[in-house]
Amino acid sequence: MKAAVITFPGSNCDRDLAVAFEAVGAEVVHVWHKDTDLPKVDVVGIPGGFSFGDYLRCGAIAARSPIAPALAAHVERGGYALGICNGFQILTETGLLPGALMRNTGLKYICKQVKLRVETSDSVFTSGYGKGSVVTVPIAHHDGNYTADAETLAALRDQDRIAFTYAENPNGAMEDIAGILSANRRVLGMMPHPERAMDPVLGSGDGRVMFEGLLGRMALA
Amino acid sequence: MSDPQITPELIAAHGLKPDEYQRILGIIGREPTFTELGIFSAMWNEHCSYKSSKKWLRTLPTSGPQVICGPGENAGVVDIGDGQAVIFKMESHNHPSYIEPHQGAATGVGGILRDVFTMGARPIAAMNALSFGVPSHPKTAHLVKGVVEGIGSYGNAFGVPTVGGEVRFHKAYNGNCLVNAFAAGLADTDAIFYSAASGVGMPVVYLGAKTGRDGVGGATMASAEFDDTIEEKRPTVQVGDPFTEKRLLEACLELMASGAVISIQDMGAAGLTCSAVEMGDKGGLGIRLDLENVPQRETNMTAYEMMLSESQERMLMVLKPEMEAEARAIFVKWDLDFAIVGETIPEDRFLIVHNGDIKADIQLSKLSSSAPEYDRPWVETPRAAPLAEVPLIDPIDGLHALITSPSYAHKAWVYEQYDSMVMADTVRAPGLGAGVVRVHGTGKALAFTSDVTPRYVKANPFEGGKQAVAEAYRNLTAVGALPLATTDNLNFGNPEKPEIMGQFVGAIKGIGEAVAALDMPIVSGNVSLYNETDGTAILPTPTIGAVGLLASLDDLIAGLPQHGDMAFVIGATEGHLGQSALLAELLGREDGDAPHVDLAAEKQNGEFLRANRKLVRAATDLADGGLALAAFEMADGADLGLTLAPTDIGHLFGEDQARYLVAVSQTDAPALVNAAQAAGVTLEHVGSFGGDTVTLGEASAPLSALSDIYRGAFAKAVA
Repeated sequence: MKAAVITFPGSNCDRDLAVAFEAVGAEVVHVWHKDTDLPKVDVVGIPGGFSFGDYLRCGAIAARSPIAPALAAHVERGGYALGICNGFQILTETGLLPGALMRNTGLKYICKQVKLRVETSDSVFTSGYGKGSVVTVPIAHHDGNYTADAETLAALRDQDRIAFTYAENPNGAMEDIAGILSANRRVLGMMPHPERAMDPVLGSGDGRVMFEGLLGRMALA
Repeated sequence: MSDPQITPELIAAHGLKPDEYQRILGIIGREPTFTELGIFSAMWNEHCSYKSSKKWLRTLPTSGPQVICGPGENAGVVDIGDGQAVIFKMESHNHPSYIEPHQGAATGVGGILRDVFTMGARPIAAMNALSFGVPSHPKTAHLVKGVVEGIGSYGNAFGVPTVGGEVRFHKAYNGNCLVNAFAAGLADTDAIFYSAASGVGMPVVYLGAKTGRDGVGGATMASAEFDDTIEEKRPTVQVGDPFTEKRLLEACLELMASGAVISIQDMGAAGLTCSAVEMGDKGGLGIRLDLENVPQRETNMTAYEMMLSESQERMLMVLKPEMEAEARAIFVKWDLDFAIVGETIPEDRFLIVHNGDIKADIQLSKLSSSAPEYDRPWVETPRAAPLAEVPLIDPIDGLHALITSPSYAHKAWVYEQYDSMVMADTVRAPGLGAGVVRVHGTGKALAFTSDVTPRYVKANPFEGGKQAVAEAYRNLTAVGALPLATTDNLNFGNPEKPEIMGQFVGAIKGIGEAVAALDMPIVSGNVSLYNETDGTAILPTPTIGAVGLLASLDDLIAGLPQHGDMAFVIGATEGHLGQSALLAELLGREDGDAPHVDLAAEKQNGEFLRANRKLVRAATDLADGGLALAAFEMADGADLGLTLAPTDIGHLFGEDQARYLVAVSQTDAPALVNAAQAAGVTLEHVGSFGGDTVTLGEASAPLSALSDIYRGAFAKAVA
């Protein structure tokens, strides 16, 4: 499997995401936000961090950076993409995923391990978990309160596109949503950080399943 | 615009004493220009010159086989084997944080991160030690919220995990909070960058953010006591931009890897002035700056303002001239300013030119070598009166008093606002004892702790200074790490008062004795004096930040006790209650002497725990709050009940030093007992873990009720 990780000037989980891809045997290409082309890869990782300082709105400036059209083209071609935390915010700002991430209802940044319920196993990202299983993955965000209009929420539900929900909602997200899939199920945006849950010594190894699942599917493709 | 006349009022407003002004006249042989006055004031204030503390700082042990670079550079450098080094320092941002808590704390974090990456290290861990006034004081909640939010906003965006720290509350900090920020970074030992310039005619390059008027005079402000005019000082607080700092980090590390850097220095207190003088002075060179080339954020800035601005996220570098194009390209890539603002010159001159006018012309070496140094009069702190009689106390009431106090309550409210896991190497997150991060890509790990018990230091500066070091040693040991080295952040009141100076001297002597005995030399540090408001000083607070090494992650002790585990105390308990947390929180009493620290016992007991770590499931040091509080914290963390056999209050809550609490399986207990006998170490079986009740002697309460209190008290206190 070949993965690209996009680095924006304020990304700070780009290394961690690359390390996670590499840990399951993927080859990683680093892409700078000022690049306008993506190399031919199986999956594009959009890492966490503060892409442009979270000034204006989280992800809003990144969604307009030179690499954004190439990302959109990759997704339109049916390519896989994984956006984590700020990466999820960027995916919503580009319109590649619906909805928006608003400020946490407690108005505070929150970093802690949380329990997630796997809502669908019908995606390369979640097939390794089994629907209904509960996994531990940390969150670290100020703006993770998933918000969408009623129609969007209904579509996400009806099309089984809610990937993860919080067992205990930490941020006010509608319907406890922690991560969602695109209509073709190949783009996952999630606020929790699976790349920080790659080894039990870090507090959880549950994130590894996602990367292994991704690799396994790519190897078959 | 013409510069103001030099008057006695103007001199006083710059914090310069009449005799210091005479010294300036002696150096330059004429009346200084306004810009020169500002430069002297910036270089000679307490914050930058250490004029009251230098004499005593020199007495501290700063060397050892593990030390690559001790105090004097931006941060200390310590060998961790395999060609790698940990680079760290702790620094205060007390005065700005009291005036503007969010920005004051944020820029404190930014400043310490720059100190670390200026030396070529990528920051891998941060901590912060915070002291606030009592929760009922009208400013406290506002300060706590602002400071914690400010630390989080900067560190989280920058992308460094905050893995530890301390938060305490005491009325002595009502008018003067303390914000001590620590950062550590990792570098290869053959790629460390220092500040000494070399070579004549080398370009001096300005990097990073533009210069504005923020922070003009900040270092002078930080060297004065507060009074009721404090609100007027708000404009001297700088504003931080972690997004720029993150880019500056990446650009600097790329630049260093390119081989273009001769020397580099961050612009911290007194910005351009201090950084340029430092580079010239250390390299035995002069510096010429042409200020019209300085990237400016505001129009019509004067030489005075540019030389004294404390705008954040800036660096000064001496560049290999042949590499200018490559170096510039890196800064263009990161959208940062890169401007050649001057050059190194052979003469001993600090020459400041603005649009062709000479604004300052001073013998550069004199700015530091001729800085005032004081041997301030001091009086030894009198011996504390003996502890008055302690009444009968129900142990559960005692525990309740501690866990409802925000100083001892669970700190999740604070540390969950910090990203403790970015970089995906945090193996021991904040909460209990030292934080631990893996050395990326290796089997090694580093442990970090920050400690001091200011009540002890006030009662007995010498023992209190020793205790701060000993507690740091124990916290590192309790996670299985070997303590390596120390940074000290010495927060005290007005050194012109002999009794305050006596606290300082006593604490330094204690710290020095302890770091020598425990082989953890001081490699960096910071002094913050004049922490007084309307004449009332803070508790003397010499914060000790320390770093330990785990040669292998297999050495890590990070477990939780399990049902049926036995609780043992390593080290002897006599039941010392003087200056204890119990008496302070339950009875409002701060009397008696601080506990004595037996450094030989510290070393012996620490070595015993490290040697027998495989027999231990969980470990913690015993500090303020004694056995009862430490055991409760361990039980709460494991969600397990606890039974402690001792009934005596001194035994349960005494604060004797050189002790650890360990949880040991019943299978391993006999081996630990034998090992203790063989080593001649005191090991006392004090109880066990299990069930859902906390029993202290003859009193008990449900764990869940106590945990609810413990976990809710902090938020309640700062609501």
